[in-house]
Amino acid sequence: MRLKLVPSETNWDFFRLSSVALVASGVAVMASIVLFFVIGLNFGIDFRGGTTIRTEAHSEVDVAAYREALQGLDLGDISITEVFDPTFAADEHVTLVNVQAQDGQESVSAETIAAIEAVLQEVDPTITFPSVESVGPTVSGELVQTAIIAVTLAIAAVLIYIWLRFEWQFSLGAVAALIHDVTLTIGIFCLLQIRFDLAIIAALLTIVGYSLNDTVIVFDRVRENLRKFKKRPLKEVLNLSINDTLSRTVMTSFTTLIALIALFVLGGDVIRGFVFAMIWGIVVGTYSSVFVASAILLRLGVKRDWSKTDGGGASGTQFANIDA
Amino acid sequence: MLNIPLWNRVLIWGLVALGLAFAMPNLFYPRVERHNDAAAAIEAGTATEEEVADDLSGWPGFLPSSLVNLGLDLRGGAHLLAEVQVEDVYATRMDGLWPQVRDALRDERDTVGTIRRQDSPPDELHVRISQPDGMTAALAAVRALSQPVSSVTAVGAMTLDIRAEGDTIIVTLSEAERAATDDRTMRQSIEIVRRRVDEVGTREPTIQRQGDRRILIQVPGIGSAEELKRLIGTTAQLTFHPVTGRGSGSDVEAGAREIVLPDVEDEGLLYRLEQSPVLSGEDLTDAQPAFDQNGQPVVTFRLNTAGARTFCDYSQNNVGAPFAIVLDEQVLSAPTIREAICGGSGQISGNFTVEGSTELAVLLRAGALPAEMTFLEERTIGPELGADSIAAGEVAAMVAGVAVLIFMIGSYGLFGVFANIALIINVGLIFGLLSAIGATLTLPGIAGIVLTIGMAVDANVLIFERIREELKTAKGPARAIELGYEKARSAIYDANITTFITAVILYVMGSGPVRGFAITLGLGIITSVFTAIYITRLLILLWFERRRPKKIEV
Repeated sequence: MRLKLVPSETNWDFFRLSSVALVASGVAVMASIVLFFVIGLNFGIDFRGGTTIRTEAHSEVDVAAYREALQGLDLGDISITEVFDPTFAADEHVTLVNVQAQDGQESVSAETIAAIEAVLQEVDPTITFPSVESVGPTVSGELVQTAIIAVTLAIAAVLIYIWLRFEWQFSLGAVAALIHDVTLTIGIFCLLQIRFDLAIIAALLTIVGYSLNDTVIVFDRVRENLRKFKKRPLKEVLNLSINDTLSRTVMTSFTTLIALIALFVLGGDVIRGFVFAMIWGIVVGTYSSVFVASAILLRLGVKRDWSKTDGGGASGTQFANIDA
Repeated sequence: MLNIPLWNRVLIWGLVALGLAFAMPNLFYPRVERHNDAAAAIEAGTATEEEVADDLSGWPGFLPSSLVNLGLDLRGGAHLLAEVQVEDVYATRMDGLWPQVRDALRDERDTVGTIRRQDSPPDELHVRISQPDGMTAALAAVRALSQPVSSVTAVGAMTLDIRAEGDTIIVTLSEAERAATDDRTMRQSIEIVRRRVDEVGTREPTIQRQGDRRILIQVPGIGSAEELKRLIGTTAQLTFHPVTGRGSGSDVEAGAREIVLPDVEDEGLLYRLEQSPVLSGEDLTDAQPAFDQNGQPVVTFRLNTAGARTFCDYSQNNVGAPFAIVLDEQVLSAPTIREAICGGSGQISGNFTVEGSTELAVLLRAGALPAEMTFLEERTIGPELGADSIAAGEVAAMVAGVAVLIFMIGSYGLFGVFANIALIINVGLIFGLLSAIGATLTLPGIAGIVLTIGMAVDANVLIFERIREELKTAKGPARAIELGYEKARSAIYDANITTFITAVILYVMGSGPVRGFAITLGLGIITSVFTAIYITRLLILLWFERRRPKKIEV
């Protein structure tokens, strides 16, 4: 007896509600953009400049007392977040203290950090400072730039690769799905105000890679089925291909999710935001490879005659004869 | 049909064995690390084999001993991104140029009249002449000071831009010379930082040039970024002292206002020196390796005006006496003054090899940072936080691994077992590759490995699902397996190449921890494709050859 996430034979019509799904996706993308401009991302110091000090104390944290103590230093905007984590010991009380970038300084000066540490030590003598990170405004500005370039570059590279391997319609469908996934991920980060730092960019690019993985596998099957069933309408071929690959899509997403959830729960708070982004990305990416990429492919239509040996058809088989 | 040639099988198992052999030292991390440190200490001559025999014997020397480097976020330490204010050097150059310009114009006094240096931006030299009619001659005289730029990229360019504005000559460094100077400044700065950091002797520091004028400095195991900044910021103490005696052991005792310092190479050799130096490194403007008239390697150095005058007076009065060149409390060499040195330059001779003189020149130049550094980014990570992260990552990876293994067996039975063996080998291979190429594992890197554990089964899932489909059309199990592999291949390649592209972009664009993630993700893709396609196939084949089942269930 085998464990089955989906029945071995499925013949579900994925395009019955395709218009609804596309509209829903469109609305979600719009909402994400609105959230981005209205609430905005909770940028970490990597992108905003400033200093983050991680504190660890044996006694309960009194955020108000911390705040009051730090107010006297006149450092401008200070935020204090208490961190809870199942991996902490019972008497491990952790906070993150964020101090904005100081005017006219690149990174926060040693005296400022020493002063902060001193006043906090007065509030709680058991306090220690496991990490202090400080990023100047010059670097943070560049990091924003690099991050945007990296994501754009990744999407462009993928666009070109799929274009070479398939047809331009596939490429547009895949990229629409990618932009959908990235936008929705940024949207959820705005909504939940999870700290957005450099590692999240890595997560975004992984989402790009993963979502593509799913899309490409569906497309690969579409190409194969298009050759096999030359007379069937495109919609049927697409549906058949999604059904064919459904069991694999769900299996892989599931194993990846198992691994990520383990990391989310047990991996510690330092990378929780990063892992959250990936979990979200995999859920959204799996959805989008079916409901966005394929739906767009259906609407764009494709060249049907794959049997002709020249042009796109030939490029599509360039790896097919490699012998393992 | 399902056949794999013998040499292929040998190659596959060979690669696996090699990869796992490279991964193995990581299972005994502390022990191998002690062994490596001991070996490095012997190599550097700071310890003898007997002293560290215990550590050395902790790991057999014939086994691979490279380890995965742990990133700062896992080991704790300090990270600095420094920007070198390369413009500082332009000002120094202009100040150094002034005496030469003055002398050159003095020779033309009849046509240019009196000369005076004017206030100017620090990277320019403004000289006013009292007879503007002589400007052409003045410019020609100054232009004679301009030399070809010594850089491969700027052939034919001259070092100085010289122009006249009214009665004022304006001298600046040319574009090409600025670029060449910047490059030298950066190299010098990096050299100095490296020397300073090496002095504290921590493991695996990273000192890298980033872009045109930045240096990335990562030092594991150091207490804080502040400590690291202090360490780098300390100017090298280069001094010239009169020598009052030399010897070994206790026969050398410091008298009143005297110090005793060791020789840099010969530890037994001690010098007794006058405490107050004749000159210090601040007086030194340049040092270059050269050869003397006998063809012996020497180091020539140049002094600034004040230094030249002091040295001239001192050397005149002390011909025949030795003086010591001291860097960071160690005597580099103690040559004897042969004659009065009044030209503002001199040479240090000793029993140098060519390498020795080059190194000394670098050290002398490297005495003080050539330009100020500002710090754009500072990070301190405590070792406990890193240890916690490793522990959490390990637990998460274990749980993730076990869950995926169980799930795969539940879904695919015996084939799931094959996939699981491949998955375990896969993780081993990732560590083997990481160790072999000396990559750095960071916290996001651990996340990358966990992600790979989840995604690595993808290729096998694709294949197994395909075999299932092929079995439905009933061509017999052997054919179904073969077709399954064949037809899944294009999807596997496409899917993994696209993910690999993003990993490469991440690696190129990212820095620090993100790069660590890109490495594990990229390596994970390579190893997972290898294990899924070759290893499971080989395992299935071995099983199939033995059992010859009429029916298989995937």
